Amino acid sequence: MRALAPQAVRSLSRHGVLLALVALVAFGFVRYENFLGSYNVLSVLRYNAMFALVALGMAYVIMTGGIDLSVGSTAALGSVVSALLSPYGVLPGLLGGVAAGLAVGLVNALVITRLNILPFIATLATMLAASGCALLLAGNQSVSVSYESGFTELGQGDLLGFPVPAWIAALAYVAGSLALNLTAWGRTVLAVGGNEDATRMMGLPAERVKASTYLLSGGLSGLAGVILAAQFGAGQPIEGVGWELFAIASVVVGGTLLTGGVGSVGSTLAGVLLLGLIFNILNFENGLGWISLSAYWQSVIRGAFLLLVVAIQARLTARTEAAS
Amino acid sequence: MSTPLLSMRGIDKRFAGVPALLAASLEVGRGEVHALIGQNGAGKSTLIKILTGYYTRDAGEILFDGAPVSFATPAAAQAAGISTIYQEINLVPYRSVTENICLGRESRRFGLLDWRAMHREAETLLARFNVHVDVRRPVMTYSTAVQQMVAIARAIGFKAKLVIMDEPTSSLDEQEVGVLFDVIRQLKAAGVSVIFVSHKLDELYVVCDAVTIMRDGRTVRVAPMSEVSKLDLVTTMLGRRLEATEHRTAAAAASGRGDQDGALLRVRDLAAGRKVREVSLDVRPGEIVGLAGLLGSGRTETARVIFGADQGESGTVALSGSSGTIKEPAEAIRSGMGFLSEDRKLEGIVPAMSVRENLTLALMPHLARRGIVDEARSREIVDRFIQRLGIKCAGPEQRIRELSGGNQQKVLLARWLCMNPRLLILDEPTRGIDVGAKAEILNLVRELADQGLGVLMISSELEEVIEAASRIFVLRDGRTVADLQGDAIGEPAIMAAMAHGHRERAEEAMNG
Amino acid sequence: MAEIAAPARPASRSLRFDWKRFLSRYGALVALVLLILFNLAVTPNFATWQTLNVNLTQVCAIVIVGVGMTLVIATGGIDLSVGSLMAIAGALAPLIFMGRIVSMPHLYAGVALAFVIPVLVAGAFGWFNGWLITRLRIQPIIATLVLFIAGRGIAQVMTNGNLQVFKVEEFQYIGLGRLFAVPFQAVLMGVIVIGAAWTLRRTVFGRQILAIGGNERAARLSGVPVVSVKRRVYAISGLLSGIAGLIVIARNSASDANLVGLGMELDAIAAVAVGGTLLTGGRATIVGTLLGALIIQLVRYTLLANGVPDAAALVVKAAIIVLAVWLQRQNLS
Repeated sequence: MRALAPQAVRSLSRHGVLLALVALVAFGFVRYENFLGSYNVLSVLRYNAMFALVALGMAYVIMTGGIDLSVGSTAALGSVVSALLSPYGVLPGLLGGVAAGLAVGLVNALVITRLNILPFIATLATMLAASGCALLLAGNQSVSVSYESGFTELGQGDLLGFPVPAWIAALAYVAGSLALNLTAWGRTVLAVGGNEDATRMMGLPAERVKASTYLLSGGLSGLAGVILAAQFGAGQPIEGVGWELFAIASVVVGGTLLTGGVGSVGSTLAGVLLLGLIFNILNFENGLGWISLSAYWQSVIRGAFLLLVVAIQARLTARTEAAS
Repeated sequence: MSTPLLSMRGIDKRFAGVPALLAASLEVGRGEVHALIGQNGAGKSTLIKILTGYYTRDAGEILFDGAPVSFATPAAAQAAGISTIYQEINLVPYRSVTENICLGRESRRFGLLDWRAMHREAETLLARFNVHVDVRRPVMTYSTAVQQMVAIARAIGFKAKLVIMDEPTSSLDEQEVGVLFDVIRQLKAAGVSVIFVSHKLDELYVVCDAVTIMRDGRTVRVAPMSEVSKLDLVTTMLGRRLEATEHRTAAAAASGRGDQDGALLRVRDLAAGRKVREVSLDVRPGEIVGLAGLLGSGRTETARVIFGADQGESGTVALSGSSGTIKEPAEAIRSGMGFLSEDRKLEGIVPAMSVRENLTLALMPHLARRGIVDEARSREIVDRFIQRLGIKCAGPEQRIRELSGGNQQKVLLARWLCMNPRLLILDEPTRGIDVGAKAEILNLVRELADQGLGVLMISSELEEVIEAASRIFVLRDGRTVADLQGDAIGEPAIMAAMAHGHRERAEEAMNG
Repeated sequence: MAEIAAPARPASRSLRFDWKRFLSRYGALVALVLLILFNLAVTPNFATWQTLNVNLTQVCAIVIVGVGMTLVIATGGIDLSVGSLMAIAGALAPLIFMGRIVSMPHLYAGVALAFVIPVLVAGAFGWFNGWLITRLRIQPIIATLVLFIAGRGIAQVMTNGNLQVFKVEEFQYIGLGRLFAVPFQAVLMGVIVIGAAWTLRRTVFGRQILAIGGNERAARLSGVPVVSVKRRVYAISGLLSGIAGLIVIARNSASDANLVGLGMELDAIAAVAVGGTLLTGGRATIVGTLLGALIIQLVRYTLLANGVPDAAALVVKAAIIVLAVWLQRQNLS
């Protein structure tokens, strides 16, 4: 491959994801019946909405050059809190879950910006703490959701033919993209990741912006937890394991640099769909009966996929670095 | 006489009990270009950082534009009209030129960013300096000179009353320096004051009105530029009379260097990447060969290929007594080479390790028996070199990052010397080092050359190269354009080669 | 004392007792001692062999993995795949000695192979991590993320997610056996800790590891074989994960690919952080990792023994990690 300019690399990674996504969808359409049927499409969207929300928060954090390992446990905590509040109605359940997420995000923000602890360790700690809190609140078991209050509409309902969770995620992504491109806050997020020192020297509120991304990530994870509880009918304190890594993988596959400073909301969504589709395709493939791959294969395939994308990215970046 | 724009008086600052500033002062008039000079450690950057809100002072007062101020953050200083252009261009690399100029002062439409207006503003600001670039592209795709203009444009956009420039010309070529000075004159004409911090004394006379000299944390002299001579500046900075440095004529240096034909290192038509196109040079044992050229001419890149840190694409690098291409620094070291890189912080010292561990880093495999380090031998070697090079440290176990720049450089030099190399490549060996240590290092290098060591020295300070080297190759845009020996060595010849290139003469010299 | 494999600081000039510095160097030990004293006073039946055994056995696997993690972190990297590698080793071993892959002629042959092959396989995967990082230039967190995701899947595919139950004394010696009344796994842990600490301090390899973490570019320019050292370090982490995996399944008399090593990477990183190793590389302490793991374990035990729910222990663990790392940072400034 010839040397490419840095923007070209990013364009390629971003468009690469889209191309891969389109290719995967085309493959599924050609090979399986009902792949693009409304039932499948809506199920996929409904199921992956929660991961999409978590990945969005993670994308913002990664763009500032940080990382948030607590998103999975935060989602679990959010699911428990919202399940506990669900008997009181949709709104209490929703707000409760999000508030729980924001609380975790606040702890992250403070520990990272005030105590100056590396995001990796700080969010590792909050991951444990959030998990512990979720277990304590739930009494070490899942918490059933109340079906009378209409809370489950948030996860199982439809609006204008589309699943409610998908609407929520779509709204979040549109807002997220607008914020990233058209607000000073969004541009500062990218600046902080690119060169935090310079950003501070420029007089921009680097600390506050960084803190806000952790708050956002926490809130979105809490929201994901609400959807989890509403969709599956119970708040689950041990759910969420591995979510953070799925989110990181989606963000990276989407072309955002782990070191920060570069990223896009749209490509993160593409990354989520790409990784999510693998599971879907595996099910279909099994259904065809030609091969019988257990669900365990999806982890292997996801890992391999991540590897492929990252290897290509690394190759491209190495070439440009050498050439510049 | 109007009141000065800036008045800093009686400033004290201590770091962990160690005083950095003692009743320091600085006064800058309106529309004045004011130089601030001093050795490394004199307190210049600390004073600036206190002014711009990066540090807080322990005592003293600051008056800016008539009012007492105390900036708690860089943002506050910027808002008040003080902008700083740092030596390591502090811009956000992946972000566009526009963002780097406008962030913090964005134009908005309906609450959202108005990109069109911002792009236009960025273009207008840069046009004042005759810089026309695509403001949408990431700022890192442009040269250091353009980046500096972007930084200045930002300052102006923020309606700065005072612009502080910290070593602004260290990465610029002559033409770019000229453009910068024009910009400074423009600023002055517009009533903006400039604080100009620099090591390069010649430049001060071109563009500055007055100078403040600092030493050991104090302000020792303030005077108009016209009333001090260069020698005055140096003696005030050092606080002592400067002995005339040993000046060997080029002729004397070139004579009696033993075997004229036996080349130690022979590089022919080397090409690698974009920076190295067609480089040829020779180094003979006992010879100090200078490699001169403007910034970006490919000198460091050439050195890295010779040392195996980067791969060459075509051409040959032949080290006498060893065959085969060198693909890794480890191989180069085994063949008897050493390489003191340009940026000791980035590529030289291992900060958390001790002086001893840094010194023996390359030597380690030789100090070990079956993988286990022989501590006694390593201690003995380290003590020997500390003494020999006069390295000032609290002991071999002191962490190297606590040493001054000059002493760190000596440790790095010792790292190679204890390997007994045949060929030593030095890349800007005296950069960022005070005058005293500079002379020590150069004298040491000369001593070693006398004992048979071949030296390839890259330096941007022409005076230094001319003094030390008996042969100078000049690179321009990745090609060898001149090979100067003996009487031919001199500033005019080198500068002419850098400016115009004399390929024919260089070719003759190589093949003759 | 926490053997920090880094040069000693020059004597502090101030005469005041710098408690922050003292704590950041010996804090781990102090904390451990305090915990033990507290338990001696408050917890019933603390000073018994049984308590010691219980705590030691819980800790051994974490420490063994932690040693590998310490070395990896010392080079400035990280290894998220350790738990999955444990699962792979834990899935392979029973398949071997129960003759499910190839029937074994003799029990001892099966057991011997069941020790060797899974560990080597884990080591090979570790080497693969190193290769990804050095050859393809992928960041360690992402490179090891690949096996974190895929590795457990491989283990699950191998066993189809099924639980493998067994009772083979010869194999289970590694987890249940004793050497002079000390659990064998503790002895193994001790040997590994001492070996690794000594390597880091006294050998060229150890010095090279620290140099790479301290300033990789400087190390390379000084002739340190960065690529080779990194690959070896990740391979070692893999090997140690394999050993830990064997210990865990031996202890439980069962191997569940879904659960073996779950969350181990975080436990190991926590132990390393609490123990005083810099997470950015360049300074490391193996004994510190041991102390860190012991502290975390002892806190958990203290809470459990005094009636605090396990979930709360998680919160406390989190707080300890933050405290330890914060103290570490005080030492740096």
